[in-house]
Amino acid sequence: MMDLRLPIGIFFLLVGIILVGYGAVSTHDIPHITQKININLDWGAVLLVFGAGMTFFGWKAEAKARHDKRNSKS
Amino acid sequence: MIHALSSGHLATAIPHLAATLGGPVLKAHPIDYVIMGVYFVFVIAIGVITGRGHQTSEDFFLSGRRIPAWITGLAFISANLGALEVMGMSQQGYEYGMMTANYYWIGAIPAMVFMGIAMMPFFYGSKVRSVPEFLKKRYNEGARFINAITFTLFTPAISGISMYALAVVMQDFLGWHFGPSVWVSAAVVLVYTFLGGLTASIYNEVLQFFLIVLGIAPLSIIALVANHGWSHFKKWISTHQLPFLTPDQVAAAASQPGKAVHQLAAGQWLHTFHNTLTQNNPMHITWPGIVLGLGFVLSFSYWCTNFLVVQRALAAKDMNDAQRTPLLAAFPKMIFPFIVILPGVLALPLLPHLFPGNTTVHGHLIPATESFNNVMPLMLARYYPAGLLGLGLTALMASFMSGMAGNVTAFNTVVTYDLYAVFIRPQAPDRHYLWVGRILTVVGVVISVAFAYVVRGQSGIMGYTQTIFGVVNAPLIAVFLLGMFASFTTPAGGLWGLLVGTGTSVTLWIFRSYPGLPLWHHYNNNTTGAFWGAVWAFCAGAGATIVVSLFTKKKTNEEMVGLVYQLTPKPEQDHQLPWWKKPVVLGVLALVLTLLINLWFW
Repeated sequence: MMDLRLPIGIFFLLVGIILVGYGAVSTHDIPHITQKININLDWGAVLLVFGAGMTFFGWKAEAKARHDKRNSKS
Repeated sequence: MIHALSSGHLATAIPHLAATLGGPVLKAHPIDYVIMGVYFVFVIAIGVITGRGHQTSEDFFLSGRRIPAWITGLAFISANLGALEVMGMSQQGYEYGMMTANYYWIGAIPAMVFMGIAMMPFFYGSKVRSVPEFLKKRYNEGARFINAITFTLFTPAISGISMYALAVVMQDFLGWHFGPSVWVSAAVVLVYTFLGGLTASIYNEVLQFFLIVLGIAPLSIIALVANHGWSHFKKWISTHQLPFLTPDQVAAAASQPGKAVHQLAAGQWLHTFHNTLTQNNPMHITWPGIVLGLGFVLSFSYWCTNFLVVQRALAAKDMNDAQRTPLLAAFPKMIFPFIVILPGVLALPLLPHLFPGNTTVHGHLIPATESFNNVMPLMLARYYPAGLLGLGLTALMASFMSGMAGNVTAFNTVVTYDLYAVFIRPQAPDRHYLWVGRILTVVGVVISVAFAYVVRGQSGIMGYTQTIFGVVNAPLIAVFLLGMFASFTTPAGGLWGLLVGTGTSVTLWIFRSYPGLPLWHHYNNNTTGAFWGAVWAFCAGAGATIVVSLFTKKKTNEEMVGLVYQLTPKPEQDHQLPWWKKPVVLGVLALVLTLLINLWFW
């Protein structure tokens, strides 16, 4: 069975990249508040870190599962 | 301050809101649609991948019982996170303040802990495939039939209501047409549940859980920034009165024209139990109603007997993971009020002119789009720029999909195992039931869509359906608790307990709905009435079970092994387990943390 962390990680990596990229090229601050915060850039970075972590652990678990499967066959 | 809800007040308030938003309709940017598109691709891909290799009906309906606890745990709460929950909780946050968190800290976590430690050994250990099947094993076929038929009738209806609610939001705020909104989202859910069954549903529920958290959480953070921080907000709220009357106050004003209605101090909106010795609090309810009605009967009935959530735990890979499913779920459940309720509370100073929706006050109709029913999308519209808005809208869609998929997968399992395989075609090959389950997945989605259209034409049905489902479910816990922990209860006792408990619950609800009917006590609002109605229904169900059991024949002890506490051998304690895998340790930790949070917001 697929390690669920992998698709979740990839999904948030992709969304994080989209938000960071969009935040970097656009000037959308948060409407209706006085503070200047590029929320797309900041929150996109949070999603990137989360997505990268999930992808890493998911990939590691998948690799271990493949390794265990090979060992059990041999 | 004495609030005068005059027509002049309304006339100035609604244009103010429109001006605040710069127009009622939200404009999605192409980047927002890209994020939604990525999400759709992923949920379908998960359906395709998890659907490979389904050999047996148990693979399809119960994921082959091989899912780890962290996944079933997150799915356990995500299946309950429908669109109505996400939007409804923020609305109640605006309307009742942090008292709404009682639905989590009193009305969910103790029940989830009890479920994991005390009840799951019987559900999982008896190897039943559904909650009605447990009733069959412990009591008789009649008890199974009543539970299965109720669940079958209401589950797709609840799913249709959720679909309707989301389509209306999308229509009002994005200008999407009702039909395409309903059909596209239903088609996506259908594809992945049809292909991947419960596994696809659970996997997507976990993705949806993270999406809801990461998509909605920024709203609380931004709302705090807009309020200049928590301490500034607390200062504001402790020096103001509410800018509106609650629906209960409006009803009181309507019933007693000319009498002044006193505003509640907004500072109460930050407390969970403030002034609950009297009814002078936002929910107009006293603490025994909260603790007994919500915290015990309603909560335990939902979290311990509703197959929609129990099914997630039954998919776990072993007993320890099944027990840890609701226990692990309790921890994120604790923080959900800060994600779904807090934006509603923080909206009070930011959107101060929202009113009770779909109601007529002094002859003026207050439409739902400008009411606090939609405080969540209104806050998204106000504070989320393009990009983040796509994430927020996708989170709202995810909440709808997780709720719908949960309902559909529970529906197809109960209909297949508890109705079709019992009354229509018993003893068929397993592969036959696998296909019946797939066909019923389509049927469940189609009924949900049909119900969304029915609700659209007759919106009053929405409230009735939800209320009746709650009313019918409330007394279930009495029969389950007596079945699991009292070996003297008999099959006839269980059956009559269900019938009398449900009958009492429905009768009380009818009496509450028509104030002209004679009832020994009329409650001053629906919430109080529902909480106390559940308590009386529990007492009636438990009483009937006990009394009938005293005069009828019970099952033999051998028949009740694995189903009743006293007759089930205690599993040996695995002392090798690390502390974080021990159900009792997790349960105690969850209760202590919940107590601390309750004390914080007391």
